[in-house]
Amino acid sequence: MKLFEFLGYYNYWVFAVLLMIGFYAVIAKANLIKKLIGLSLFQSAVFLMYISMDKVEGGTAPIIKPDAVDQLYSNPLPQVLILTAIVVGVSTLALGLAIVVRIKERYGTIEENEILDAD
Amino acid sequence: MTIIFAIFLLTMLVITAVAIVQSSNLFVSVMLTSIFSLLMSINFFVLDAADVALTEAAVGAGITTVIFLSALALTATQEKPNSSGRGIALVVVGLTASLIIYATFDKPRLGDPNAPVHQHVAPYYLDNTMEQMGFPNVVTAVLSSYRGYDTLGEVFVVFAACIGVLFILDARTGTGPMYVARQMTGLRHHLIPQVVARILVPFIVLFGLYVQFHGEYGPGGGFQAGAIIATAFILYALIEGEQAALRAVPRSAQLGLVICGALLFGMVGVLCMIMGGEFLDYSVLMENPVTARQIGIIVIEAGVGMAVCGAMLSIFHAFAARSAGDTHETV
Amino acid sequence: MIEGLHLFVDIVSWILLIIGSICVLIGGIGVLRMPDFYSRLHAASLTDTMATLALLSGMILQAGFSLAAAKLFAIMLFLLLTGPTATYALANSALLSGYKPKTDVLEKKVS
Repeated sequence: MKLFEFLGYYNYWVFAVLLMIGFYAVIAKANLIKKLIGLSLFQSAVFLMYISMDKVEGGTAPIIKPDAVDQLYSNPLPQVLILTAIVVGVSTLALGLAIVVRIKERYGTIEENEILDAD
Repeated sequence: MTIIFAIFLLTMLVITAVAIVQSSNLFVSVMLTSIFSLLMSINFFVLDAADVALTEAAVGAGITTVIFLSALALTATQEKPNSSGRGIALVVVGLTASLIIYATFDKPRLGDPNAPVHQHVAPYYLDNTMEQMGFPNVVTAVLSSYRGYDTLGEVFVVFAACIGVLFILDARTGTGPMYVARQMTGLRHHLIPQVVARILVPFIVLFGLYVQFHGEYGPGGGFQAGAIIATAFILYALIEGEQAALRAVPRSAQLGLVICGALLFGMVGVLCMIMGGEFLDYSVLMENPVTARQIGIIVIEAGVGMAVCGAMLSIFHAFAARSAGDTHETV
Repeated sequence: MIEGLHLFVDIVSWILLIIGSICVLIGGIGVLRMPDFYSRLHAASLTDTMATLALLSGMILQAGFSLAAAKLFAIMLFLLLTGPTATYALANSALLSGYKPKTDVLEKKVS
């Protein structure tokens, strides 16, 4: 396939690989902070997929230049959704880290198997 | 040429992600996550998403790293090795990855102008923004006006997360025994960073205000501006110590920012209903609907910026006060 | 005459960009190959200062006399101010937490 088509698929393959790396960190690591880092990797991979859907070949950023006619613009709608999602992601991350801090003070450890044994 | 750059960036993303998951030192993982966010924001810019790149750089590479580091200071920094359950996880992950890669062959090719996502609503936004709103940045127009409900919900989510963190980490306003005892002095031998930070903080706040008010003509808006101004105050707190930062922006002011931001957004919507239109329909605020929409959007973006700034500051100070306090009640 | 001036500015800016890229490459190789933390930090600071100066000057010359050149100049000033400060803070915290520089490598060669 042509180089541009390969680039198109490469974006989506990297999305799949990043998604699975983040998912692996969530299910296979026992440390709670490692799980949260994996979750934020997972979120970033989803953002990558949405933003790579909005590119139009030959387009530019969707800020309208009033004097240029017949100019292609990239799609603004996924960008709006992802802008919202980034800020919501950091808020939930802060909440999760606050819970991890309290768990550490209560149980003395943040490894999942030791917490389950102590209960 | 851009193609080679894009492929290189994507490969670096995968390598960084593998390094994040593999390293056993949590401090190294957090620093690599910050580099990952920066690479992701450059990638967003290559894909023509300027607003999203600015947000990811300000929020992802800035605020997330600070929150992670303050949480790491309260917990451990080394991860214990654990090898049970890795085989099954690898098999599940490999299977799902190959399924997703098989599914991506059905997607339209990158940049195809005839893809379904570009057909229905997006041409309407691109054609009608200039005549209905009067300013060029389509993303801000869609975010504040065409999809104003989503932004309202997001401000409330940020507000709820801030309140949740303050409840969980038990941060009280006013003075108690744990605020008088320890004197947080900031860094030791800190003359050079102190001088440079004192020069930089006003310029960072000025840049944040520029991004806030210029969000209609270029990339920018309330979220990025709130994150940048919060970063300026966090830099001040890191250099001068927590007590000086709490004297500069006290806890009541931080909470007041969050509450006033969320209220401002809601009140604009109610005001639109009182003046005869629907909720968040700005065109009834003044005689000329284009000017009315611009006024409404400026007020709403100010509300969003205030809410995000206050929330990030409150969260940072909640984490920082936890490590300064000597009383740990096992509730 | 104006054509010659344009060609001259073009050539100078390309030379500056190539010098900047070589500095980044040398900094990267130095970070990987140096034996100690402090020498690695010294190699990385080459990227902060020399590469910033060269690359951004080359880009300013390419941009000509416009708003973009003023913005690039402001970015260069900001990076030159904060890069060495970050290097100082890093080395300072390493020294304060007891990390001593390795000084025995040269002595082995001398004796």
